[in-house]
This record gives sequence, C-alpha cells and structure tokens, in this order.
Amino acid sequence: MEKKYKVPIGPVHVGLKEPITAWLDLEGEKIVGATVRPGAIHRGIEFMARDRNPIQVIYLSERICGICSFAHVVCFLRAVEDAASIPVPPRAQYIRALVLELERLHSHMLWAGVACYTIGFDSAFHLGMVLRERVMDVLEVLSGNRVNYGVATVGGVRWDVTAELSKTVKDMVKYYKREFSPFYDVVTADPIAKARLRDVGVLTYEEAIAHSAVGPTVRASGVRADLRESSPYEAYVDFGVKAVVPQDYYGKAYGDVFDRFLVRVHEVYQSLDIIEKVMEGLPEGDIMWEKNLNKVLAYLKKAEGTGMSSIEAPRGDDTHVVHLDGGDENVTWWKVRAPTYSNAVSWPLMFKDNELADAPLIINSIDPCISCMERMLVTDASSGDQKVVTRTELLEKCREKTRRLMQNDRN
Amino acid sequence: MMKLEKYLEILPKSLWVTTCNSGSCNGCDIEIVATISPRYDIERLGMKLVGTPRHADVLIVTGPVTKYMTNRLRRIYNQMPDPKAVVAVGNCGASGDVFYKSYNLDGPIDRIIPVDVYVHGCPPRPEAIIEGVAKAVLKLERLREDLKKAGEQQS
Repeated sequence: MEKKYKVPIGPVHVGLKEPITAWLDLEGEKIVGATVRPGAIHRGIEFMARDRNPIQVIYLSERICGICSFAHVVCFLRAVEDAASIPVPPRAQYIRALVLELERLHSHMLWAGVACYTIGFDSAFHLGMVLRERVMDVLEVLSGNRVNYGVATVGGVRWDVTAELSKTVKDMVKYYKREFSPFYDVVTADPIAKARLRDVGVLTYEEAIAHSAVGPTVRASGVRADLRESSPYEAYVDFGVKAVVPQDYYGKAYGDVFDRFLVRVHEVYQSLDIIEKVMEGLPEGDIMWEKNLNKVLAYLKKAEGTGMSSIEAPRGDDTHVVHLDGGDENVTWWKVRAPTYSNAVSWPLMFKDNELADAPLIINSIDPCISCMERMLVTDASSGDQKVVTRTELLEKCREKTRRLMQNDRN
Repeated sequence: MMKLEKYLEILPKSLWVTTCNSGSCNGCDIEIVATISPRYDIERLGMKLVGTPRHADVLIVTGPVTKYMTNRLRRIYNQMPDPKAVVAVGNCGASGDVFYKSYNLDGPIDRIIPVDVYVHGCPPRPEAIIEGVAKAVLKLERLREDLKKAGEQQS
C-alpha cells in the first residue's frame, strides 16, 4: 500500500507575496487532496477605515495589495462616487483607464517572469523582469512612484497626462510591440517549458464556473468572463474590450497553467492596444470634479448612501461596497472582495492528481498575493516520523523535473 | 569606521539575504524582487537572496507584523546563525504607518526582534533597499569583531 503523507506548505513562503497555508495530502508524489487556510496577514483594513475619512482611506486602499494597488483605489473611489453621486470628468476616466492598463502590464509581466523562475527557467525570468522595468519607468514619470502611485482622488485624478508623458507612453508601446514577442516565443516554443506547464493544474470549464474563479484563471478555462466586456465601466465603454480566451487563439481551452500563461501574455497585447486607444482618444477638459479638498470633504460629510463598484483588476474582478452616513465624515463601513480570495478556492481542484514538484507552480498559476513559503513538514502518519523539507529543496525538486525532461528530450 | 562606499568596494564577504513578509502589502516584496532583476542586480555586489534563514547573514523583514506572524518571525530570526543583522524595509515595519490602530498587529518589527537598519519609503526604491543592506554590512563586521574578541579572551 502507498504511504499517505500530509504536507503543510506555509504560512511563511519565500516564493512570493502574502503568507498562506496549504495542507497537501500525498500518495507518493501524487497530490490527492488539499486544504487551504488563508488569513495570516489579516490587518483589519476594513475596520481601520471606520475612523478615517474617504480621502484618507484612498491611501489605505492603495496598500491592500502593492501590485494591484491602483485597481483597489479606483474600485473604492467608484464606490464612494456612487454613494455620493459625484460625476467623474471624461479626461479623468481616460487617465484612470491608462493607469489601470499600465498596472495590468507590469502585473502580468511580473507573473510571467515568476512562473518561469518557479520552473527553473531563470533566463526567461530575468528577461521578463527587464521588460517590466520599462512600464515601471512610465509609471514613475506619471506619478513619481514605482508602486503606490497616489494618482486617483475622489471625483478624478491628481496628475494630468503631459505632452512629455504621452511621448513616453507611445515609446513604451512601440518598445513592447517590438520586444515582447521574443520573450513570448522563448517560453512557448521551448518544449521543456511547455511540458512543465501543459496539463498541470487543470481547472475545467464547469469547475471554474462552479467554484467562481475570476480573471485570467477563469478565462484560461475557456469562460468568457471579463468585466471590461460584460459591464464596461468609465472609459472602457469606448474601447470595445473582448475577453481573451485560449480557444480563440489555439482552438481549444485546456484550463491548465500553460493556458493561464497564454491568456496573460495575450492580455499584455490587449492592454497595449487599449493604451494606444486611450492616448488617441484622450478628451480635453478637467481632471477633477472639485479641486478644493475641503469642499470635497464637506460634501462627502453630508452625503448619505451605499455605493458599489466592480472592476477588472489584473487578477480578476475586484468589488468594493462603501456606506457613508450623513453628518459623519468617516466611512461608516467598507467591504472589499479581492480576486485572489475567489481564485484560492479552486486550488484544491488544481492540486488534484498532480505531482508535489508542481505544487509551487500551481500555487503561483492563479497569480495569488502569496508571500513566502519557506519550510514544510512532511509527517509520516503511520510511524510518527517528521522530516522537514525546506523551500529550497522543494524548488530544487521542481527544477529537477525540468532537468529530467531535458535529459529525455536529448535522448 | 570605514565609509560605506569603501565597504561596498571591498565587501568583506558575500552577503546572503533572506526575506520574511510579516503582513506587508507586497509593495516592498516586489521591490525586493526588482533588486535581483537585471536593472538593479544586487548580485554584482556579491549579495544574493537565499530561500532559508539558516544560510542567511541578513534578514529583510517587510510589513507591520500581524499577530499570526509574530511567532513565525521570531522563529525565523532564531534560525539564523550569528552574526546576523535585521533590515526593516518599508514604513509600516518601522512605525505601523497606514496600518496604525489596527487590532491585529503586534508590530512594529522592533517590538519583536532587534532591528539594525530601517529603510524608509512606502515602498522604498530598490536603490534604497541595496543601501540598507550595505549598511547592515557595517553592523555585521562589528559583531564579527566582538565575537572574535570574546573567543580570544576565552582561549
């Protein structure tokens, strides 16, 4: 009889991002079941917002996640604007769309690089990171910051698109149209990379819908779900965005890690197209509903109502609901539903019948906000033996598999 | 004491660095990833990110330390061999910053483990992170001298 092992991964997880714990049930090398326990870095953000006014909460919502920071800000602001019925000038809507797409570019490139790093394809990781620096430069020209931009405010944006910036953006789009395809070819044409990504962590069409996966994860399973297409918000009405699904490009959706890679790569091209449209169609006019911050705060103090907003963040749909009470300058309550939470539910399904060596890749494949995996404990339930497997060993195992495939390929 | 720039020229040893996210927003963590990318490339200075604290000289901690992570952070710190230095990256690790008044924080970091270098910024730029780690070299050299003296006195 095969021995069964229970392997906890996390909560500290050197891989990337937010700490999370997963227990994997193993039979030999095969994963037969998995349990996920989130909540390690719960900071009580929604609670903290209750003694801050909406302008102060902007900076708090930016720090929910450092990668999709602008998505959270725009979503929160749209909820506040919905609650207080504040109109946003068209130029501000376009600039918001511009920054949202720039953010999607850097997020997807980071993910593609890290996915290559996980399978031991370090040259592709560095290639991806070099490409990503260009969009970070553009964001820095726009806002002065590389990560938390502080661009948006209630009823508009704080920074305008100058002639200098629009030139930088156009140069960047040209650069990516020229330089991004070599990276894409390096990964998709490589038989080893394909073997490591294809048929790993499969999530079928039905499972993706039943477990309410969102964003690139659900699109990779062949579901046409993109809020920019199904319920376009703000300036997206003008761009005619179509959801990227693998069957449009390769005839069939497998729902595996390779498809998730393809979807994100094609979304990079899609974002470049949207950025071009933004720069072409940028309307003239104000960028703010009201420039005087005190007037905005006084108006928000009087406003009463509940506002809701859903937008397509790089990882899937992000929903914020905000309630403002008349006479109270603070946010009465605020609810955030981030995309990773929906996607993490489908991890146990993806883990099923895969090898332990693929576990880091599958965890990364939904682009979670995971922080650090570092050490795991292999417990032999029958004998009570405990063996500690470090993350280095697990990464080594993941890379060994790549080498094994390379050997087979040569023979 | 030698100047910082001089230390970077003749780095006494290759620094191995490990990271721990104790509840940050990832902003600092992606900037740490950017420091190993070709643009900033800390490996040209002999520094390297390693996966386990047992191999590391310097621990980079990000985030304001949530209750759940307190003991884990302490355990990671204890697993590192002496001499060791701790770099707190980001404002929230130094003071709580936007996360002040949260009910679920035990931090800032210096309430849990001793911190040698604070790198400010939300998040700090990759250059600032490299400078912070380079400053930790000074601290490590001092600790190494102290350990050496203590060893000589004993023998």
